Amino acid sequence: MKTLLDYDQLNITIQRLAHQITESHYSFADIAIIGLQPRGVRFANRITQLVESISGQHVPHGALDITFYRDDVHTGDILVPSETDISFSVSDRTVILVDDVLHTGRTVRAAMDALLDFGRPQNVELMVLIDRHYSRELPIQPDYVGRTVDTIITQKVVVHWAEKDGKDEVILID
Amino acid sequence: MSLSVKHLLGIKELNQQDIQTVFRTADNFKQVLQRPIKKVPTLRDTTIANIFFENSTRTRISFELAEKRLSADVINFSASGSSVSKGETLIDTVNNILAMKVDMVVMRHSASGAPWFLSRHIDASIINAGDGTNEHPTQALLDAYSMREKLGNLKGKRVAIIGDIMHSRVALSNIFCLQKLGAEVMVAGPPTLIPKHIESLGVKPEYDVKKALAWCDVANVLRIQLERQHKPLFSTLREYALYYGINSDMLRSLEKEIVIMHPGPINRGVEINSDVADSGQSIILDQVQNGVAIRMAVIYLLSGKPTELGE
Repeated sequence: MKTLLDYDQLNITIQRLAHQITESHYSFADIAIIGLQPRGVRFANRITQLVESISGQHVPHGALDITFYRDDVHTGDILVPSETDISFSVSDRTVILVDDVLHTGRTVRAAMDALLDFGRPQNVELMVLIDRHYSRELPIQPDYVGRTVDTIITQKVVVHWAEKDGKDEVILID
Repeated sequence: MSLSVKHLLGIKELNQQDIQTVFRTADNFKQVLQRPIKKVPTLRDTTIANIFFENSTRTRISFELAEKRLSADVINFSASGSSVSKGETLIDTVNNILAMKVDMVVMRHSASGAPWFLSRHIDASIINAGDGTNEHPTQALLDAYSMREKLGNLKGKRVAIIGDIMHSRVALSNIFCLQKLGAEVMVAGPPTLIPKHIESLGVKPEYDVKKALAWCDVANVLRIQLERQHKPLFSTLREYALYYGINSDMLRSLEKEIVIMHPGPINRGVEINSDVADSGQSIILDQVQNGVAIRMAVIYLLSGKPTELGE
């Protein structure tokens, strides 16, 4: 087990990402931040809070569950879905999808399908805290990256949040 | 995690956690059904046969819609006009359908126990859509789900099932389901329509409908199933309506407002009057609406193939 980001590093990284979003969008009138269930939602909430305090604007945000859009429904376990909460229209907005770890890209593929069933966004961007390099199975690249790491398929990257797991950190498990 | 069973044959075989899992999943599907695009691609690779050896409108449409909302391919089979009338057996009929690569079977049959029998002879998952006078599990799940939506947790809630208990598969499945969720159940109606020894299931029999209404938080009113009554069990429908039918005067005389349910089809003016069925206390149409979400949840949760790996 190895620590990829400790408490300080993780929080500096989140700060940087929030500033990056604020820099590239400036006005948040037509932006929405959507976290992917289950583990992207906490990260999305942190980012949303920071962006709101940096920009002084309200940022619509929600949570998206992709269980029903997975491409491995019948090869993996049948999963009980988490809550989807999108209380605004995504049509004509720029939607920033937020997840903790980008690995094969299949979750993001499913998320785009799920999102399009709610309407037709103007743009869709992707923010991830950890980009697991060299493990992509689909042509998907993030727009905002916290940290890029080289991993092999048997390793696992786990993001811990203080609210749930006691402390903020990112670890790599062999 | 998903369900502890491979088939949904009866509520009797489910545990409380299974029921809660179905409800949680149905919450998600209910949300899907309220969107502009009311379907998900989950079961694109699944084919489901709806095999109905007995008439049905609501249940069949509800299952078919649930399957289509999940993007499954659907084939419908009804016994009338099929080779069943030429003498084909149940196993042969179903095996012939399964030979065409069908993954799941939704079956209604007039013989109690038919889905259990079938489950011993075929590999596909089976969902019981009503077997004789035994069980109708998806109806019980959607009834309990609708009650929970209206009243919150069902623990300690009082539910009276009123009417033709003897011939009702809805009654039996409801009793199992509600008890597993911690509710108290009473059955009410004329003595000829309440099975002897029903107390052994832990329910209270009551022969005075007014007393049952005064006791309960929810009244689930069942249809008088004349087609299953081979000998007269009450003298006339008019007499039944007079003594056991629910009307708005009875509801007004109660101290509290109770929830009225009916699984349909309704015999208006017999077991329930229109002024009750169409009143604000009635959640009959919510039941129908929730039926699709519940059936989507059951189908989805049973659609898994055997697995070795998972995170």
